[in-house]
Amino acid sequence: MTSRRLIALLVAINAVLILAGYVIAPAASVWVSVLTNVRPGSGLKVGLVFDVGGKNDKSFNEAAWRGLQRAHEELGVEVQFIEPTEGADRESALRTMAARKIDLVIGVGFIFGPDLERLAKQFPNVKFAGVDYSPSPGVGDLPNLAGLRFREHEGSFLVGAIAGLTTKTKMVGFVGGMKIPLIRKFEAGYEAGVKHVCPECRVLAAYAGTEPKAFADPSHGEELASAQYNKGADIIFHAAGKTGDGVFAAAKHAGAKAIGVDSDQYDSAPCCVMTSMVKAVDVAVLEVVKDIIAKKFRPGLHELGLAENGVGFVADERNRAMLPPEVVTKVNAISAEIVAGKITVPDQ
Amino acid sequence: MSDVFTLAFLAQLIRIAVPYALAAMGGAITERSGVIDLALEAKLLFGAFAAAAFAHSTGSAYAGVAGGMMAGVAVTGVQLFCSLRLRADQVIVGVALNVIALGGTRFLLQLIYHEGANSPQVPAFGHDVVTNPIVWLAFIAAVALPFALVRTRWGLRLRAAGDRPDSLVTVGVAPSNPRIYAALVGGALTGAGGAQLTLSVGGFVADMSGGRGYIALAMVILAGWRPALAAVACAGIAFAEAFNIQLQVSDVGIPNELAQLVPYVLTLLVLAIAGGKHGKPPRSLGKL
Repeated sequence: MTSRRLIALLVAINAVLILAGYVIAPAASVWVSVLTNVRPGSGLKVGLVFDVGGKNDKSFNEAAWRGLQRAHEELGVEVQFIEPTEGADRESALRTMAARKIDLVIGVGFIFGPDLERLAKQFPNVKFAGVDYSPSPGVGDLPNLAGLRFREHEGSFLVGAIAGLTTKTKMVGFVGGMKIPLIRKFEAGYEAGVKHVCPECRVLAAYAGTEPKAFADPSHGEELASAQYNKGADIIFHAAGKTGDGVFAAAKHAGAKAIGVDSDQYDSAPCCVMTSMVKAVDVAVLEVVKDIIAKKFRPGLHELGLAENGVGFVADERNRAMLPPEVVTKVNAISAEIVAGKITVPDQ
Repeated sequence: MSDVFTLAFLAQLIRIAVPYALAAMGGAITERSGVIDLALEAKLLFGAFAAAAFAHSTGSAYAGVAGGMMAGVAVTGVQLFCSLRLRADQVIVGVALNVIALGGTRFLLQLIYHEGANSPQVPAFGHDVVTNPIVWLAFIAAVALPFALVRTRWGLRLRAAGDRPDSLVTVGVAPSNPRIYAALVGGALTGAGGAQLTLSVGGFVADMSGGRGYIALAMVILAGWRPALAAVACAGIAFAEAFNIQLQVSDVGIPNELAQLVPYVLTLLVLAIAGGKHGKPPRSLGKL
């Protein structure tokens, strides 16, 4: 054998080994991971499309994202997300995910309703979930679509009671984003909660607009809130997404109090956010993922209220200075009465 | 009703008017020099973003104002390069820049802060209009621009470039030079208007300009391309918005949806009554 042939042979062997490395090594690592790390959700792909406001809105979208991150960390599911820019992008974002063979596609926000229905029909093998989803008229239950809904009016009733018990001026405010039935639920519950503990109190209510951008206009939110503070309100509850940032800014300027929404918003303005009406979007998202892993996906509407810990308010170390323990005790008692059915909370 | 028109109402009106008015004055002088300025929305949005970025990295709201003005100038630079140097259609350049601003600010958010819709919290100016430098800038511009247009060489050449560019050529001045000077000043003003959006609430939110640039441009046309008058027209828009806010708070019982129509109905009414009588567009607007 000449040295030239020897070299050729070595190169050939080398090439075969390299190719084998590409093929075998990943396969081996998959086996290793299967053997060492049997996580229930590994292999499951979950996609999330965000609403106006985006992933880190410190509120509604962020709660959904937290739920998915927990699903990733605890269950090992693979997670993807899209933050769409405009209306038409929402549907194409959902469609992209469904077409990529993602197992569960979640639309965060009421606005995804019609898109989810259309896509659920077109992709019967993909499962869909909509946060705040309400069925369009004439559309029955679809076998692959779950709607995650919350009785926001119950949680809003409790923060309304907190506002009614702590207001010094006997006047409180509410700032909503887009004027839709969903946000009306917050207002109705809040107003009923205020009146429940303080019948003589006045509730000022204002909305930022009638289109989705009303959830993303903080300067307008600030003007609405400061008008309410000027008028004499000393506590304002917002259900306005990023527009609510303006409410916090106005609270800072006025040295008054505000109530956050959906997530614990204490960090947005530690001076002023006395509590937040929290909506357990994270828990609801995590539950759907768990259902799918257990092969027990339940289509149709899932309603979460006080009884299911789907809504509530924040009372912890951080906001104790603004939220006296006796108020918390009273409001917890009211909460128990709602769960027991002794108080009916209006939703419109 | 008497409790509606208070000092707080006036302050609110000024805060709402400032972004509109700065954009309108910037647009008015740019158009007076002969350059169509549809890109006001892009300048507001990039200005708002840059204000947040500068205020966040330096910890000072004043640096935010500088950042907003620089962003306005930078967008204007691109606009001028395309429309004067490359001779692109000025309307298309404006529309393109507005679309780029929508996606571009989100892209930069993603790049710098790794999220697509919101900036972190940044230092903000107080609620007090008297201590807000952007408010001062708006008032100074409203007084100084009409004066400068008539009494300075900058203003004379600017108007000549917009109406009779050939007359400039006869005295040995290229019309593009006064156009560049006018548009860059206009871009800085509009960028400052964008900064006001961010620095009043302490953070940037995607698409927070919300069409204010287009309304400002409508006010420019309504005011017959006169900067101070355009600012006054913007104060009218702000009055309608502030009035709408007060109506909602006072529980007068006018439906929210109806109250929100007020600014637009007012604009249409004023246009229908005054339209056409007030001034004409610069004769060489959009022509090279």
